[in-house]
Amino acid sequence: MHERMVEARSLEERLIRMQRGGDGYFWIGGPGEEAFNVALGLLAKKGQGLDHDYLHLHYRSSATLLAMGADPVDALRQMKSVATDPYSGGRNFCGHYSKREWNVAPITSPIEVQYATAIGTAIAQKRAGGEGITIVQGGDAGTAEGDFASCLVWASRPGFELPMLIIVTNNGWGISTPGHEQHGEQRIADRGKAFGIRTATIDGNDAESAYRGLEDAMRYVRRERKPFLLEAYVSRLYGHSSSSGSNYVESEIDCVTEIEKKLVARGLRTSDECDSLRNEYEQFLLEAAKTVSLEPKPEPASVWEHVFADRDIVGEGARKVPHDNRLWKAPSCTFPTTKASKNGNAS
Amino acid sequence: MATMVQAVRLALHVGETKLGVTDIFGEDVGPPLGGVFTATQGLRTAWNSPLDERGIVGAAMGLAMAGQKPVAEIQFCDYAFNTIDLLKLAGNTLWSSNGDWNVPLVLMTPVGAGIHGSLYHSHSLDAQATRIPGWKIVMPSNPRDAYGLMLSAIQDPNPVMVLIPKALMRVKAAGPDEMIPGEPDDARALGKMIDAPIGQREGWEPEWPETALEFVPIGAAKTVRRGEHVTVVTYGRMVGVAKRAADVLSREDIDVELIDLRSLHPYDWPAIAESVSRTGRAVFVNEDTEITNFGEHLIRRCVEELWDSLRAPPILEAGKHLPGVGLAEPLEAATIPGLGSVTDAIRRCVRQPDRRMGTSRPRRDFAFTWTGEAPVGPFDAYERAFRHR
Repeated sequence: MHERMVEARSLEERLIRMQRGGDGYFWIGGPGEEAFNVALGLLAKKGQGLDHDYLHLHYRSSATLLAMGADPVDALRQMKSVATDPYSGGRNFCGHYSKREWNVAPITSPIEVQYATAIGTAIAQKRAGGEGITIVQGGDAGTAEGDFASCLVWASRPGFELPMLIIVTNNGWGISTPGHEQHGEQRIADRGKAFGIRTATIDGNDAESAYRGLEDAMRYVRRERKPFLLEAYVSRLYGHSSSSGSNYVESEIDCVTEIEKKLVARGLRTSDECDSLRNEYEQFLLEAAKTVSLEPKPEPASVWEHVFADRDIVGEGARKVPHDNRLWKAPSCTFPTTKASKNGNAS
Repeated sequence: MATMVQAVRLALHVGETKLGVTDIFGEDVGPPLGGVFTATQGLRTAWNSPLDERGIVGAAMGLAMAGQKPVAEIQFCDYAFNTIDLLKLAGNTLWSSNGDWNVPLVLMTPVGAGIHGSLYHSHSLDAQATRIPGWKIVMPSNPRDAYGLMLSAIQDPNPVMVLIPKALMRVKAAGPDEMIPGEPDDARALGKMIDAPIGQREGWEPEWPETALEFVPIGAAKTVRRGEHVTVVTYGRMVGVAKRAADVLSREDIDVELIDLRSLHPYDWPAIAESVSRTGRAVFVNEDTEITNFGEHLIRRCVEELWDSLRAPPILEAGKHLPGVGLAEPLEAATIPGLGSVTDAIRRCVRQPDRRMGTSRPRRDFAFTWTGEAPVGPFDAYERAFRHR
């Protein structure tokens, strides 16, 4: 777990450096959420189809993907928006993963829509029975959106409760707006109580309580086929995104430091081992970023791919014209001689 | 002889028995009501959702992701507006995930005016729907097309929106060629088989006729009527209005070619282009508000691509750009196109001097446009208001 957390942190820091160095347009991610997100990735029942868990995550979820076994280099590819980006083909921001093979629904920029789409996979899993559950995760600010309410309403309909683990990672902020100015409720998790949904609040910065909290919640959802609302308190170590500067926030608890303190205290790792592990990942990702930056950018014509699933056409309604301005030539100013004007009285 | 709403129900029955539909859901869609228009009565997989349009669209997407085949209903398209970003998401899921996930779902919703539905049951969704790339959009004008387009929508691997003209829901097929193959000829007999009895519905089971798997391909228009002088391109409820207008004009020796678009996206450009190049004149008719109207897009394309063959400027006959459709009959009639205004628009187009003649005719030729009822140009009302301020 520690190693995945270190890998995830090194990845986020590399992504931030790439963005600052001009190797990406925008950074957003989840440094500070590694303890919780790694635990989530390790505990998720990975695979495709109803028997496995569906994950409706958000753009702070790279640690979850890595814990599931994702290649960190692919995250660099998405940051660099090269053609080899497997998640979006250079179309979307970093951290916007999509992996059908593992039931990971495409991550979106709107911060709440996943709470609405998760309803559907959970309905299918309710009907199918089995062990597969739907996991949906968002931040505290997004709970102000109606889709969060939709999720609570649909998940708790009497007689048709959904097997959903509804997660709110509460980092106390909505971009620059402090959470305590926005939430009247004591705990966001309390909102589940009104719907008869079992709830818990955990310390997401502590790897052990994050793991145990998730394990308990998942066990309940898997067995009872009912929803669980889990609120995890986490840190936001580099601000909201590159738009808020992505600078390290000293005042926040650092979950990687915390787990390393524990490991050292218990004699499971030395601090030198921790440091060299960190260096290894940093070095690996630095080299990988260099390689990725040499990979080709997507072809302009690839914008027309995947508009429709049945074939690569966009329909007669939209024409495939090159959108590259360099290909555009100013029209000539001479009057075109049309067939009509040549013929004079043609009608 | 089915009505459009019965045709939709028959298609959904075929969908759930032969095409893998797993869920038909929305507000009041399941028993006891079976939809406010009864489009979903007696269907095995129909269920009631919470009163939550965002949840409905989201659930449909999730169900599609989980390998199910959902048909979701928004009770009136007027209530789809708060789901626009989810519709955008459904449209971009395949593209944004680089082809990883597609969401084969059907969203059906009643659209348009003509039922005295006032401000919130008279909207059109044409412009908004066609503004969301990644969706296929269809709108039938008769029961047979409603049946065939619904089957195609169900079979399609993409998100498909089926826009059902509210005012046509209870309209029967105009003739045998608008009937669904396999349905009983007698409307009353069909009603007895598949319409739930009023009041006592417990224990009622529909008796479904064996209808054929007849698909209307998405993207294929239908030329309803051949003509030489002008092409009228329309869809949904306005097809019937345009047909009647063509009948009126045939008495004035104006020969109208009428195209029922059926699919708004992808749309049948070859059919439009072939016809407009031949007639040289085009009128686009729909009841959505006229500013940033889907018909405007078609006009733009005609002007760009068919300029040489155009004899006169194409005309858009659409709803007025007003905040709503008024309840009182004269207000509704003054807001959306009707037989008078459509006939007038076609006549106006035909009487425009042929620009390809290359002569400058006196402006008074245009006076021919002032026929029939007083022209209520959308901007006239504004202009008058501003002038007298």
